[in-house]
Amino acid sequence: MIAVLALIAGVVLGVVLNPTVPDALQPYLPIAVVAALDAVFGGVRAKLDGIFDDKQFVISFISNVLVAGFIVYLGDKLGVGVQLSTGVVVVLGVRIFGNVAAIRRRLFKA
Amino acid sequence: MSDEKTQPIGPGPGEEPTVPLAGAAGDTFAAETPDTGTSAARSPGAKPSTGRSPSAKPAADKAVVDESPAAEISDTAAAEAGSAGSGDPAAAERSEPDADAPSDGVRKRISGAGALIGVLLVLLGFTLAVQLKSNSADEGYNSLREEDLYVILADLDSRADRLRQDIAELEATRRELNSGASSREQVLKEAQERADDIGILAGTLKAQGTGITLRLSDGSGPITANHLLNAVQELRGAGAEAIQIDGNGGSVRVIASTHFVDVGGGGIEVDGVRLTGPYTVTAIGPEDLDKAMEFRGGVVDDVRGDGGNVIVSDPHPVDITAVRGTPNLEYAKPVS
Repeated sequence: MIAVLALIAGVVLGVVLNPTVPDALQPYLPIAVVAALDAVFGGVRAKLDGIFDDKQFVISFISNVLVAGFIVYLGDKLGVGVQLSTGVVVVLGVRIFGNVAAIRRRLFKA
Repeated sequence: MSDEKTQPIGPGPGEEPTVPLAGAAGDTFAAETPDTGTSAARSPGAKPSTGRSPSAKPAADKAVVDESPAAEISDTAAAEAGSAGSGDPAAAERSEPDADAPSDGVRKRISGAGALIGVLLVLLGFTLAVQLKSNSADEGYNSLREEDLYVILADLDSRADRLRQDIAELEATRRELNSGASSREQVLKEAQERADDIGILAGTLKAQGTGITLRLSDGSGPITANHLLNAVQELRGAGAEAIQIDGNGGSVRVIASTHFVDVGGGGIEVDGVRLTGPYTVTAIGPEDLDKAMEFRGGVVDDVRGDGGNVIVSDPHPVDITAVRGTPNLEYAKPVS
């Protein structure tokens, strides 16, 4: 409940404040968002499975974002930024799909 | 917090109170007050929590139930302690549901790891909105890397080149069309002139110019169709460009198909129009048209020889006003 409200509040804030993304952050932000989404879906799944752990969630959220950002950064430095960020997105996408599938099975038994 | 509180816990956590903290952790949502941590409180709280949590889960719930009144204080204290040790907030929150104290519970529910999660999710939502917005606003160029931008730049360059080429071609075409338009005007003008000439020759347009008039009238003998035909032929032979015959009964423009028929009882039918004398033949042509009429065996000779009267005027500006309608060609088509 709180989580959903927080998410909505964040979106509203983003829309209302309408900040511009600093140039330095621009390559990382999308990946970070995807990584965070992965953590969120993982959290939802854990919640449904009854094994949700705050600490684990917080840590996975932060580490996901940091690692994703770091990978993109490293890729940029290595000259394979595009490919590497594509890889990150693919991996995270697969994970998100897996989590969503688990959530779906739990909610709809299908 | 106060040493008093921590101390009771201190010993407690070692065995008993710690248990509830850890055990409750399984399901409960985060609830702790992050601000309360003091170094004193932290150290006792943190240690036990880390050490104990794996070991004493099942026992926890029972212990809590038994102790509930007493545990409350210790729980809060423990919560604070846990929160203060930022590394392990979970332990603290877990105490909350056990405590069951409504006011405390509500306040705690919105604190601790829950608050942290809330903050993270607010951040996520915020970033999501910002990213979506900036992405839609900038058509994605913002998130592109240098090499992509190079490729795009090269694309744009070549496209600009192509467009410049197109512009040059189109301008050339435009120039061509412009000059074409002027030549088209020229052609139109010539065509108009040509149409005018032909119109005059065909008798569909009025004409004016220098010319002569022949006045033919009956004398001892009548003017016949033959005389008029001769006169027209002589005039044409001399270069007349437009000829008109007037008489009592109308005016007739002489064209290629003009014919003359004597009518019984006097008069001549010219192209179906019956005229009676005197006749006036008006012709536009060369300046020496009048002289051409007076050759031996010419019009004047011819008419006078048959007893008619003919008067040839000197060349002067004349108007030819009779016109023919434009014929509708039904069978003949122009070649090419």
